[in-house]
Amino acid sequence: MTRHLRNLAEQAAGAVRQGASRREVVVGAVAVGGSLMVGCSMGDALSAGSKVKPGVFGPFIQIDPDGAVTVVSKHIEFGQGNHAGLAALVAEELDADWSRVKVVQAPANAKLYANLGMGAQGTGGSSAIPNSWEQLRKAGAGARAMFVQAAANRWQVAPGEITVKDGLVSHAGSGKAATFAELVADAAKVTPPEDPPLKDPKAFTLIGTQRVRRKDSVAKSNGSAVYTIDVKEPDLLTAMVLHAPRFGAELDSFDDAEARKVAGVRDVFKIPTGVAVVADNTWAAMKGREALTATWKEDKAEKRSSDALLTQFRDIAAGKGGDEVKWTPFVTQGDVASVTDGELFEATYDFPYLAHATMEPMNCVARVKGNNARLSFGSQIPSIDQLNTAKIVANLPGAIEIETLFAGGSFGRRANFQSDYVVECVHIAKKVGGGTPVKLVWTREDDMRAGYFRPLVHHAVQVRLDKDGFPASWRHRVVTQSIMKGSPMGTPKIDETAVEGALGSPYLKATPNVDAQLALPDVGVPVLWWRSVGATHTAFVMEHTIDQLARKAGKDPIAYRRALYQKAGAKRHLAVLDLAVEKAGPTAAAGYTRGVAVHESFGSVVAQIAEVRIAPGNEPRVGRVVTAVHCGTAVAPDQIAAQMEGGICYGLSAILFGEVTLKDGVVQETNFDTHRVLRMNEAPTVETYIVPSNDPPGGVGEPGTPVIGPAVANALLAMGRPATLSLPMVKAQA
Amino acid sequence: MAISLDINGKTVSVEAAEDTPLLWVVRDSLGLTGTKYGCGVAQCGACTVHADGQPIRACSTPVGAMAGVKITTIEGLGGAHPVQQAWAKLDVPQCGYCQSGQIMSAVALLAETRTPSDEDIDAAMAGNICRCGAYQRVRAAIKEAAGIAQALPATATPEVSQ
Repeated sequence: MTRHLRNLAEQAAGAVRQGASRREVVVGAVAVGGSLMVGCSMGDALSAGSKVKPGVFGPFIQIDPDGAVTVVSKHIEFGQGNHAGLAALVAEELDADWSRVKVVQAPANAKLYANLGMGAQGTGGSSAIPNSWEQLRKAGAGARAMFVQAAANRWQVAPGEITVKDGLVSHAGSGKAATFAELVADAAKVTPPEDPPLKDPKAFTLIGTQRVRRKDSVAKSNGSAVYTIDVKEPDLLTAMVLHAPRFGAELDSFDDAEARKVAGVRDVFKIPTGVAVVADNTWAAMKGREALTATWKEDKAEKRSSDALLTQFRDIAAGKGGDEVKWTPFVTQGDVASVTDGELFEATYDFPYLAHATMEPMNCVARVKGNNARLSFGSQIPSIDQLNTAKIVANLPGAIEIETLFAGGSFGRRANFQSDYVVECVHIAKKVGGGTPVKLVWTREDDMRAGYFRPLVHHAVQVRLDKDGFPASWRHRVVTQSIMKGSPMGTPKIDETAVEGALGSPYLKATPNVDAQLALPDVGVPVLWWRSVGATHTAFVMEHTIDQLARKAGKDPIAYRRALYQKAGAKRHLAVLDLAVEKAGPTAAAGYTRGVAVHESFGSVVAQIAEVRIAPGNEPRVGRVVTAVHCGTAVAPDQIAAQMEGGICYGLSAILFGEVTLKDGVVQETNFDTHRVLRMNEAPTVETYIVPSNDPPGGVGEPGTPVIGPAVANALLAMGRPATLSLPMVKAQA
Repeated sequence: MAISLDINGKTVSVEAAEDTPLLWVVRDSLGLTGTKYGCGVAQCGACTVHADGQPIRACSTPVGAMAGVKITTIEGLGGAHPVQQAWAKLDVPQCGYCQSGQIMSAVALLAETRTPSDEDIDAAMAGNICRCGAYQRVRAAIKEAAGIAQALPATATPEVSQ
């Protein structure tokens, strides 16, 4: 995802640069001077017009007169716990007192706060810790050097003789010591070093320890943490929007007579995505919207049902899709057609649309006055949200101010090329004008009906086994809708978001003959990444297939995997598998059956052994999950465990119950009564074990999610149940 | 119309139609935004508050039905409640959006059942959805607050293998 966003950001910056010669230059000339936009970097282009400036200790560190350290996080916190790890990177090298370290969210500025994997400011692809690993340690080390130099100057000693521990700067020789508070005024005047040296990992006292805990647990346990829906301002208005019932439909006409009679409704007007109701409070907006009637032009709307779409995808995979189907190879090795003997395995797999269903439905607060816009919300990709807002208010992207708040989950939903709900809010705030704050609130139903689902996916796999029972040839067809084509920038040559996980699989590396191809038919349903993206389906297909192949070959699935990992040189896969097997112990709990799965995503490899039983209602129920993760250096072990625990629940919820269906183009599951999700009584107990490593950190927010599904499916196989070829496992009662 | 409410130990008067859900009165009129909106149909538990000590879903309770009822929101727990302390100690929250509701359900459970079994916890907490999947730590924190320390899973602290 990070890589794809980089492409997007580069092209977006290019668009800004081109735009500068036309429209934006008029405004831009005032703010930054017209010449800056020519031949400038992406960060320059996207931050043009920004008033955000770094402090004396750089953009990431603020130190109060009392010595308290504030780490400025360039990444949003919406559950991943990254603020703890990011702060630890700084505090480790700064040798700060961890108990006096706070974290605040950075403002929007693509130059100061770029995700180094994207080139623009944004969070995604489990990249927060990996891309900050060196940058934030350097920031901490630089600030530390400023304190050391300030103390050396004051005490007239050599800087090399000075030590720092827990915010106390000391000189053993003279017995002198001073706190950050006592030195901060002098330290602020020291020139920051260009390239401060970093600690040897052996010297870490914070990174990798259980001391790295969340900084927001208290605020999130007493109701004081501020999310978008909580923004309060004296003159704040609340808006709701009546949307079209089908994707691609447009407003034809509306009648607002009854809506305007609702007490508290201020205004009703058309915006590009429907009819907006602006009111004094949420309930009035809701009642006002209920009283609206509208008609829609549906000639361009998507009217197909998900069943029909899936049938089409299956036909395409089976070669019955017609001449217009374009296949793109993503792995080609040897010659599959040359392998004509050996046992043949064939399977097809169907995956439904999935909603992110974050606890906090999408929402945004915007204030627009003339060409200026100030936004407060859970912005996952501020640079893109700035760009999309700038187009509406005719300003430079960097001039759009964004205050990023806590978000009640995202799982990919808030990283949206179109900034859909943000743009909607900005249109309303622009119409209201005068800088009046407008809070756009989506109901659960709005959120579920808005699309941006994990796409519908179909896989068709044909494998021939060699005389030893291992794959000799592997033919693989993936049919899905392109996520990247949903971007305004067009489709890349291979949309890796559709095949990552099959692409790069050690099983394909270990197979001499591979013919893997992808087809991406157009569908008018907006789709998006969903926690672990391509791996949400590729991990299932590869891991469930490999278990079936092992059984066909008469081999133990764990030994079968080990042999293939050896062949592919997949050392980290071997390490996590071995660790999970060791920690799981010899037998499952009474009444439970085990299944295993291993998958690499976002730079980390995860193995899971799930213990499964069949609960009343014929539903799989998971008791214990042993998970082993290789994520390079483990910066925040407790948060890695939390992400494994949560990621497993998120993945389990999807494979057991997750499904969004369309009937004649209309979303059928609109709230938690029809869209079942995992609850407390269905949640497993997760044990997390981390493979020790000094490699740079990999991601941890997503890699735990895609592994549980195939682990459960493989446990069902071990019970003698049939393979799981269509998800979810538990179909909603019709 | 003016409605009198007993909320977090204070009597307040609010202007609202009787059919207005308590949730929006609490959040928009009284500014007590710790109580969250998640579904509007009593399915997710994010809006859980106490009515005379019993957990209710504020999104589906009309404010007109609250006359003479003692309402407690997350803010009314005071911040140092043993359940809140357990939540912070075990780093239960991830995105945190559902946690006010989780805590209110947990507090009500422990008021009724001082040492709840896993089945008691399932029954009391199954109405509170957490999309981050923090369920394991919610369970552990309830046991922590109940003083059932021996029941805490060792897995609350991960192991970096040697």
